Amino acid sequence: MAEPLLKVRNLDVSVRDKKGHEFKIVDDISFDVQPGEVIALIGESGSGKTTISLGCMGYTRPGCHITGGSVELGGTNVLDQSLTALQELRGKDITYVAQSAAASFNGAMTIDAQVTEIPIITGAMSREDALAKAAQLYADLELPDPENIGKRYPHQVSGGQLQRLMAAMAMISDPRLLILDEPTTALDVTTQIEVLYSFKKLIKDHKTAAIYVTHDLSLVAQVADHILVLKDGQMVEYGATEQIISDPQHDYTKALMAAAHLMPDEIHAPPVVTNEDPPLLQVRNATAGYGPDQDIIALQDIDLTIHAGETVGVIGESGSGKTTLGRLISGLMGAKKGGIYLDGHQLAQSVGQRSKEDLRQIQFAFQMADVALNPRQRLNKILSRPMLFYRGLSRREADREVARLLERVDLPTDFAWRFPPELSGGQRQRVNLARALAAEPRLIICDEITSALDTIVAQQILDLLEDLQDELNLSYMFITHDIATVSKISERIAVMRLGRIVAQGTVDQVLTPPCHEYTQLLLNSVPEMRTDWLDEAVVERRKLVAALGD
Amino acid sequence: MTAQVRTWQGELREAASDLTPGVTLALLFLIFVFLVGAFAPWIAPYGEGQILTNESFEPPSAIMWLGSDYLGRDVLSRLIYGVRITLFLALVITFLSFFAGVGLGFLAAAFGGRVDMWMSRINDAMLSFPALMLALIVINSLGSSFVVLVFTIAFIDLTRVFRVARALAVNIMVMDYVEAAIVRGEGKGWIVWHEVLPNALTPLAAEFGIRFTYAILFISALSFLGLGVQPPQSDLGVMVKENMQAILYGEYTTLYPAFGIAFIAISMNVFVDWLLQRSSAKLPDEI
Amino acid sequence: MSILEILGKRLIFGVGTLLFVSVLVFIGTEILPGDVAHAILGQGATPELVAQIKERLGLDQPLHVRYFVWLGNFVTGDFGTSLANGADIGTEIGRRASNTIILALCTTVIAVPLSIVLGLAAAVKPGGLVDRIITSTSLALISFPDFLVAVVLVTIFAVKLKWLPAIASIRPSYELVDWIRILILPVLGLTFTILAHMVRMTRSAVLNVLSSPAIEMAILKGVPRRRLLLRHALPNAFGPIINVIALNLAYLISGVVVIETLFNFPGLGRYMVEAVTNRDVPIVQTCAMIFCSVYIILNMTADILSIMANPRVRYKK
Repeated sequence: MAEPLLKVRNLDVSVRDKKGHEFKIVDDISFDVQPGEVIALIGESGSGKTTISLGCMGYTRPGCHITGGSVELGGTNVLDQSLTALQELRGKDITYVAQSAAASFNGAMTIDAQVTEIPIITGAMSREDALAKAAQLYADLELPDPENIGKRYPHQVSGGQLQRLMAAMAMISDPRLLILDEPTTALDVTTQIEVLYSFKKLIKDHKTAAIYVTHDLSLVAQVADHILVLKDGQMVEYGATEQIISDPQHDYTKALMAAAHLMPDEIHAPPVVTNEDPPLLQVRNATAGYGPDQDIIALQDIDLTIHAGETVGVIGESGSGKTTLGRLISGLMGAKKGGIYLDGHQLAQSVGQRSKEDLRQIQFAFQMADVALNPRQRLNKILSRPMLFYRGLSRREADREVARLLERVDLPTDFAWRFPPELSGGQRQRVNLARALAAEPRLIICDEITSALDTIVAQQILDLLEDLQDELNLSYMFITHDIATVSKISERIAVMRLGRIVAQGTVDQVLTPPCHEYTQLLLNSVPEMRTDWLDEAVVERRKLVAALGD
Repeated sequence: MTAQVRTWQGELREAASDLTPGVTLALLFLIFVFLVGAFAPWIAPYGEGQILTNESFEPPSAIMWLGSDYLGRDVLSRLIYGVRITLFLALVITFLSFFAGVGLGFLAAAFGGRVDMWMSRINDAMLSFPALMLALIVINSLGSSFVVLVFTIAFIDLTRVFRVARALAVNIMVMDYVEAAIVRGEGKGWIVWHEVLPNALTPLAAEFGIRFTYAILFISALSFLGLGVQPPQSDLGVMVKENMQAILYGEYTTLYPAFGIAFIAISMNVFVDWLLQRSSAKLPDEI
Repeated sequence: MSILEILGKRLIFGVGTLLFVSVLVFIGTEILPGDVAHAILGQGATPELVAQIKERLGLDQPLHVRYFVWLGNFVTGDFGTSLANGADIGTEIGRRASNTIILALCTTVIAVPLSIVLGLAAAVKPGGLVDRIITSTSLALISFPDFLVAVVLVTIFAVKLKWLPAIASIRPSYELVDWIRILILPVLGLTFTILAHMVRMTRSAVLNVLSSPAIEMAILKGVPRRRLLLRHALPNAFGPIINVIALNLAYLISGVVVIETLFNFPGLGRYMVEAVTNRDVPIVQTCAMIFCSVYIILNMTADILSIMANPRVRYKK
């Protein structure tokens, strides 16, 4: 094999906490990047993947520092370079595409000014040449109006376009190594594959070597040649992409694979319910909006039914109105038209007008458990409050009940005296659920409760949800953007787009072709673990987008 | 993750272990000054208005440790009484402005909508009044007494406290845990008391320190202009004014009270800075 | 909303605030006790004399009429006469205002650039030696009462070294050199009182910008340090810094009043303090209105500048 382009050997990065103690967040990492090769760094949050990629550029975030090892790019040790040498290296040889382009572009400069900045100030290109090259890159990345898009300011273009513009900025000096840090994570699922596709094409056409940082194993299968799996700053497994996805060796990699957001091979057809009972909850012909007179319509003519003991998945992208629907049902906002019916009787519009008994039966579980739990209240208080409030339990009864509840969500009972910040993300999400259970509800509205969690933890929460349902005959309204997850746990599904429900029915009805174009588009956007998936998916996507006609 | 259960005693112990020498010094100084103020009549060697000698600006001696002032009164005793009055006024002012400002600010944040809009608008208009101008106009009309001073400065402070408290509460009100309480059907009072207040305590404590310092500086400035505390009563600002002219003749008496004010204010600011840094709490843009 | 609409709204709000403040000034000085007629006549007030004076001053008119007459007079530059000695206030104000403007301008010209430079220097390397010196010094300085620095300066330069005068009275015969000698101490004293606040706020504004992902991106792009600060960070910190400066004008106003009194400097601030002491209502009203208007107008200008500096507003979607 030829001499590698990038040689990382025994890289250590440490942080110093407030008291001055040091601890390693990246521990003894070694890998190579061959010219023209893409290597993926995979791991969950806190695995050190971003820190490693930044370390390859000789950069650490404030508070961190590199304590050992070497990073050699074409024979020169990046870590030994002076600041001036590093600046030259970063502009020309190693370039970076950040996770959030919207935040990483400078709001006070035009896009062209930022894309062409480095070649112009280093004198590598004339202004005209740089602008021409930028326009060419925009065209390669299939951005609209490549001649003029660069004249705009960052806030004037969409998130998906910005992400591609940032890739253009990284590619303008024909770097030897490109670092992509979660470049599609902030995007909607249906936009994601388009951007991923243009990145893949760009890297291939320019034969650039790249480091691709992500938490999503299914995505990198499309772009990477080698995969490096990380956990807690340490290397777990390192191998060729084919080998990792077909024959993972390490248990952790296997768990990652198992929890990946993939469509199940077979969509389970729920038994035909001969449910003659009146529905638990009905949304009838509801329209709602924001603004003084609800002028900005967020929901249009919504009809939705939830029976006792079933899970209804509500799926849509950002701006589809799925969260607004949850807020409408729970009484956080009122409807302009139509109504919500519980057991056949109409619920009052707002929380303040509903009876305690009505409120108790519908509970809400929030997406971000870290902001959904008051950091200054012990779990005991968080969990006992609904019991005291709705059920009028005495203090002593409530204490006993809290202990039972903690056990039910698989947490130790002595956690009752802890504060939320002392818990891990997954534990907090369990408490979040437990709080909803404390009211002994019949319906829990789960708003993206697994999307902020790492995949393995998310899977555990889903398992817990199913156990609880079997035990307590609960109903869930499961709001999410992730069609793969929802297809696994729901009996029925409603697909939302631009404030309307475009398709609704049992899982197999909605998801089995032929289905609505938009449902098809969502299905098409779920990555598959085969390396030729992306190219096919993009072709299909373009057809569907054209058919949707906007 | 710590395995220990957090208690307030534990928190206090941990806070104490985080003290740097500078902050410890500042805290000790503040405690000392407050004790001096509280027990002034027992500590001061002489009465605050007692004329001991016909000589102005006598040098320090065994009888008068810091010498005499322009009327031949004991400078040390006057300093001790001055500290007492300055601290007393500043404390009353800060408590008043906090009581009203935090209450109104939380109210505006909890109700939101039109209530909040109008309260904030009126407050913004009040803020566009330079503080000293407001004080001068009121003093022009009502004269200067303790009551006028306290209420005027407390009112000026109130507009600042309102802004900070409201901003803090608004930031907390949008948190999901508050939303969770709202969907549960909790009343506004319960939400403010159990969800908002505990999370605003640290920044509010810091703000209290800042407002306290501000009150001290403001009274001192007014007294220095001759429009604050009126003789024969005197705070530190009055002492600076009284002895100011003597500096032209090389008598530095006026510097004692001036530096006294500065040291109290520095100590408080050092403490506030430490508090904010330690809790990584942030005050919404300071004024 | 277009930029014109935003600016228009801000302008209307500014004018509204000015009117609001004028009402407060008027009410504060005319309605609260300390009746003007009694103030003029002092101990020897008989009911007839009081009625006479009230008629002469137009005090028998209803309140809102008096307010509009007063406001109209103020806007047209008719400030009335002093209650104490009957002198025309306009003439006196004209003379003193120019002195105060000189004092304030000199201070601003020194303090603003200096505080931006110091704030930047501290923010460039947070926790470094320069930063530690600047932050701790400014923390001490904001804790000083307005008069302390000036008193210390007088002690050193006027009393000990005898280089500069301790009193800043002005004679018509003064040449430029005399002016400079007089102004040095007041300007220095005033500079210190507002500098510290500005440095601290500039520092945190710049730090805020420097810790943004956009700046990290620029570093990772290899932008040289100078360019990073001047081209990437400063334009984004521009708006916040302007607001910092505007906010500190409040300190400048109270500083002016204290410093003028301390140095016996014949400016507006001292004029107002003397008037408050003598309860000379027309002078207090006029000075208060002038100070408040200047403050509000400068604040508004700062807001408008920082709105214009924001590309999100300047270039719409």
